[in-house]
Amino acid sequence: MSTVLKGGTVIDADGERQADVALDGGMIVDVGTNLRGDEHIDAGGCIVAPGFVDLHTHLREPGREEAETIETGSRAAALGGFTAVVAMPNTEPPHDSVAVVALVRRLGQQAGLCEVVPSGCITIARAGEQLAPMAELRTAGVTLFTDDGNGVQDPLLMRRAMEYAKGLGVTLAQHCEVSRLTAGAVMHEGSCCSRLGLPGWPAIAEELMVFRDIELCRLTGARLHLLHLSTARSVDLVRAAKADGLPVTSEACPHHFTLTDEALASFDAVYKVNPPLRTAADIAAIKRGLADGTIDAIATDHAPHPPEAKEQPLDEAPPGMLGLETALSLAIGELGLDLPAVIALLSHNPARIAGLSARHGGPVAAGHPANLTVFDPDLTWSVIPAKLASKSRNTPYAGRSVRGKVRHTFLDGLAVVLDGEAQR
Amino acid sequence: MTRHLRSIDELGRDGLIELLDLTDHMVEINQRPIPKVPALRGKTVVSLFFEDSTRTRLSFETAAKRLSADTMTFSVSTSSVNKGESLRDTIETVAAMGVDAFVVRHKSTGVPWQVSQWTEASVINAGDGWHQHPTQALLDCYTIRQARNDPSFEGLHIAIVGDIKHSRVARSDVQAFTMLGARVTLVAPPTLLPPSLEGWPVEVSHDLDAVIGDLDVIYLLRMQRERMGEALVPTLREYTATYGLTPERAKRLADHALVMHPGPMNRGVEIAVDPADLPGSVIIQQVANGVAVRMAVLFHLLGSPTGLQGGDT
Repeated sequence: MSTVLKGGTVIDADGERQADVALDGGMIVDVGTNLRGDEHIDAGGCIVAPGFVDLHTHLREPGREEAETIETGSRAAALGGFTAVVAMPNTEPPHDSVAVVALVRRLGQQAGLCEVVPSGCITIARAGEQLAPMAELRTAGVTLFTDDGNGVQDPLLMRRAMEYAKGLGVTLAQHCEVSRLTAGAVMHEGSCCSRLGLPGWPAIAEELMVFRDIELCRLTGARLHLLHLSTARSVDLVRAAKADGLPVTSEACPHHFTLTDEALASFDAVYKVNPPLRTAADIAAIKRGLADGTIDAIATDHAPHPPEAKEQPLDEAPPGMLGLETALSLAIGELGLDLPAVIALLSHNPARIAGLSARHGGPVAAGHPANLTVFDPDLTWSVIPAKLASKSRNTPYAGRSVRGKVRHTFLDGLAVVLDGEAQR
Repeated sequence: MTRHLRSIDELGRDGLIELLDLTDHMVEINQRPIPKVPALRGKTVVSLFFEDSTRTRLSFETAAKRLSADTMTFSVSTSSVNKGESLRDTIETVAAMGVDAFVVRHKSTGVPWQVSQWTEASVINAGDGWHQHPTQALLDCYTIRQARNDPSFEGLHIAIVGDIKHSRVARSDVQAFTMLGARVTLVAPPTLLPPSLEGWPVEVSHDLDAVIGDLDVIYLLRMQRERMGEALVPTLREYTATYGLTPERAKRLADHALVMHPGPMNRGVEIAVDPADLPGSVIIQQVANGVAVRMAVLFHLLGSPTGLQGGDT
């Protein structure tokens, strides 16, 4: 049975054109005008783009199902226009064995709302002491390795991980944080934390590791992806590394280009995140980095936590905020970029970094998998926590009016979101 | 009238002066043969102390009792918090018993603001993290004003000496002293200052000897021994030698200069001279005024405008 998306504007890496898109058997079968099919789905006034890929999603399952499950997180992803998400490894147990990675992948397939792509740990239990079985995990399909939530502190271990990763042809994704400099930290170190009397997370704790790993990348030649860049100086370091031709990529999160550390003056732990919200100058630098290609991708760092966890005192509450269902709107509304640039940051660039280009982020053209998102770039909506699909409610954008909303999402030709409603 | 007292900022200059003026009445009550008035009869004040502080808790409870409020104490060592109950559940449970004011002390910054979201009662901050300790600042201002017999702080030079970075007392005192017109100098090594002083209306010195002769008030902060593992100062001995009030330094204080400390003192560390040998010490007056100031705060938040006319009980 064929389905035709009627009346939309197709935008992909090849440009922008008015066209209908016909899907059949999980594939795009035709792109053109006045296409006919067994079923027509309205895409009028909407953008038809390759599905988004989130390089940084915490799905919490296994182990923290009170915060999110692979099913609820996948639903949030699909509603946000994502057809693939890279599941972060800090579950309980973590992604340091084939069994856990296989479980996460299978639960993702069962949910059937987006492709759940497990990352693997760099070190056993993300403890930073012993390498995880990276070759075994690669055999199980893992191409992106990270201890996210923790940075790999030991420079010798990180050097060995990069050398080993180079041999396997996989990418290491670093959470850049020198933990000795951030012990007990609650928020960005600066004038706001000084006034509020909260322990600071200094920018240099990120920048030292960005610098170290860029130099290890230079030494080893391994592919390095830098997670959630948050400081102006980090962006400068990555820009210089790219100018030197190093195989370095990076991502930034919507909250790091929309919110500042002043949000913590409310003492609401919903604004606690790691790395922390920084300053207006950092936001400007992140935006410049996204605009000039220094930062390759927008990643959500979707990090669900149940209300009782976020109602704890600031220093005890866990860091993290929801992101899957608001990323597109914030990218459209806050970056000042045109839609092709926004789509590149959400779709083909992250797909390439995650090694998913064969299935996601590809051109909207006949013969490619029908992993697509259809969104209305002008629709204004209000973020209402209770209406989000995530099992948790910790969005920092509650009550905010934003522009741009996903209307339909197709996973392997199947409509998993239709007219803004999840279909499963 | 404000509903809570969580920070000096929130109180503002007018509120601060109003409370200091009100404290005069409370001092007078405390001097009566029977220092008790019925002003808050029927009101319930709950002390929620998630962090040990005997002196602040006793001061608040004494203040509440002198105004005839009923008091309840909730201290963490005996409470359901140790059984895993969340802060919110604790507040909502205690509030359900009928509470007019919570006096909250917590090791974490911001808890009084969180508490005020979960209850209709007034919230009084008795110290949150490194952030604020507004009643300490009030009693400090009152003590200075009483000792000088002058409500204006214009032209007054006050140095706050020691661990500013981790001090809620310093954050509240800087706001309160400068609101009243004082010139404030923070004296500490850079390791004991906040990472940024942007927006703080203060001067900074790393040399106590350079400023001590110019001071009207020297305010010594407690040097916390438990922080010695954080590489903030090499040794306590070196701290005392560079920032402590030693007998030699005490001699260089102006005759009229006041010596203050929020307590408890580390004898031999920040204060290496017997306070009895310091004619300008008002450290005991600070404690005494603490009760009167807290009476003023409780009355301001919970009392009726005519409540002090009630006479002795």
